[in-house]
This record gives sequence, C-alpha cells and structure tokens, in this order.
Amino acid sequence: MRDKISSSPVLSVVSKILFAPIIIFGLYVQFHGDYGPGGGFQAGVIVAAAFILYSMIFGLSKGETLVPIMINRYLMCVGVLLYAGVGIVSIFLDGMYLDYNVLSSDPSTGQHIGIILVELGVGITVATVMIALYHSFASFGEINE
Amino acid sequence: MNFLLINFFLVSLLLVTAFFIFKTTSLISVVALTGAFTLLCSAIYVNLDAVDVAFTEAAVGSGISTILMVMAAAKLPEGKKNKLINLFPSIILAVSISLILIIIIANLPLLGDPNAPIHLHVVPEYLKESKDFFHIPNVVTNILASYRGFDTLGETIVIFTAGLGVIALLTSNTLNRKTNFKKNNKKNER
Repeated sequence: MRDKISSSPVLSVVSKILFAPIIIFGLYVQFHGDYGPGGGFQAGVIVAAAFILYSMIFGLSKGETLVPIMINRYLMCVGVLLYAGVGIVSIFLDGMYLDYNVLSSDPSTGQHIGIILVELGVGITVATVMIALYHSFASFGEINE
Repeated sequence: MNFLLINFFLVSLLLVTAFFIFKTTSLISVVALTGAFTLLCSAIYVNLDAVDVAFTEAAVGSGISTILMVMAAAKLPEGKKNKLINLFPSIILAVSISLILIIIIANLPLLGDPNAPIHLHVVPEYLKESKDFFHIPNVVTNILASYRGFDTLGETIVIFTAGLGVIALLTSNTLNRKTNFKKNNKKNER
C-alpha cells in the first residue's frame, strides 16, 4: 500500500506537469486575496492539493521525502504562531492585540502588512494540516514494528 | 429572471443528487455524489455573488474532503454493502426537520432585501469605511483578517487542533505504543 506506485504513465506525467501550476495558483490565491476572491484558507487547501496529488501518484514514501512529517508538524505550529505573533508584536508597538494600525507609520500600510502576514499564517497552517490529515489517513493501519 | 432560472436549475440538480445519495448503497458512489453535491452548492453561492464562500466550498468541500473520504473508505473492509434496515425513524426525523426549516425560511427576510437586519447593523460601516481606510478592494478580506481578526485566529486554532487530534489518533506511533502496551500487559499477566 505504502509504495504502491501508479503504473499508468499518463497519470505520472500529468501530475508532474500539474504540480508547479497548482502551487503557483495557490500562491496567487494567497497573495491576491486582497484584490479578488481568495485568501489563506483557500490557498492553503490548493497548495496542499498539489502535495496530496504527488503522494497519491508516486506513493506515500516519496511524498514523505518531499514534505518530511516532522517539518510538516513544525510548520503547522509556525502558521498559528505567526498569526498570534502579529498580535503580540502589535501589543509591543503600543497597540491592542491584533491591531495592525501600529505595524507601520501609516495606519493603512500597517493594515496591509498585518493582513498579509495573518493570511500567510492561516495559509501555512491550513496547507500543512491538510497534508498531515492525508498522511495520517493514508498510513493508517500500517504498523511498522 | 435569469438569476431565478439558474437558481431553480441548480436547486433541482441538488435535489436529484440528494435523492441518488439516498438511493445508492455503494460507499464510493456516496462519497463521489457528496462531492458533486458540494460543488453544486458552490455554484449556488457564485450565483448569490458570494464568491469567497463558493471558492472555499469548492476547494475544501468538494476537493480535499472528498479525497479524505475516499482514503477513509479505502481503509474499510471490502464487499460490505450499506444496508438500510429500518427507515421509519429516519424518515420521521428528516420530515420533521425539513418542516421546521420551511417554517423558519418563511419567517426570514427576502433574499437581497436591503432592510434585512443583517444589512443594517455593522455592514454599512464596513462597506463605507474599509475602501477608504484599507485601500483593499476585497471587503471580505478586510472583515476576515482585520475587523474579525480574533474570529479568524480562533478558526486557525480550530483547524490546528483538528490536525493534532487526527495525528494523535491515527498515526502509527500511537498504534505502536498501544501494541507495546498490550504486549507488556500480556507479559505481566503471565
């Protein structure tokens, strides 16, 4: 099950071609969320979809080499901490928690910076949690002694 | 008029999909049909101009969760079909819930009514203020990340906690510990 690699060349070639565009689309949704529909939640899911596609086609162990499990778990925490950290920073800059106005000399720019950082935190957490969910589901039941 | 026609079409497709979800006994088909159901829901959201919600519904509802459901279904023992044993209680439950919902819908304000309570409280302020102050055209992003920053932090933590829970429940480390625990117990019994 773990190293069951798809025998069809069509699937592997197509997934190789699609991998980069999916991630670029995810980044577009992430950073264009201020101007169009999108944001951290959607972008995280799209980026995770690329990695899940890779692990589905090439097997779970190759997917684990691409995103090592421990790094994935650390990134889960990094996303939440980035979001909460923006709030802490704004407290230190004499603002209220999650008050982005103080992040820059111009309140409007401060809001921009805050929103982008916060959405990035959301995106990182969502993407890594989705990858972790997939890996837990896919590797469930294999007991390696 | 077009809006109504498209909505009517989509909602009737939803009903058809729901009927087939009810009819099929194969687990994989139910998962696939549920994915189609959420995709139709996201089409309805697009029709209602809620593009952000539609985007999330399409990515999360019909994308990732379908994959996860397929993965979960693949782990189940094969050859067992879902048997509907006694339909009577579930039919009564479904009918009563839908009756309650229909009564509630009759009391809701009309779709797009500008005098509905939800459009009078803080939304006018947000719409007026956010473009001048943030210089960010997407009001949804402003509300999500700035006005409602605490809520979004909470949502992120909920997702994080859900991930932690699944890892703790399903990862093989936990299983190893369990089997070792059982082995130790057996040794102790001897």
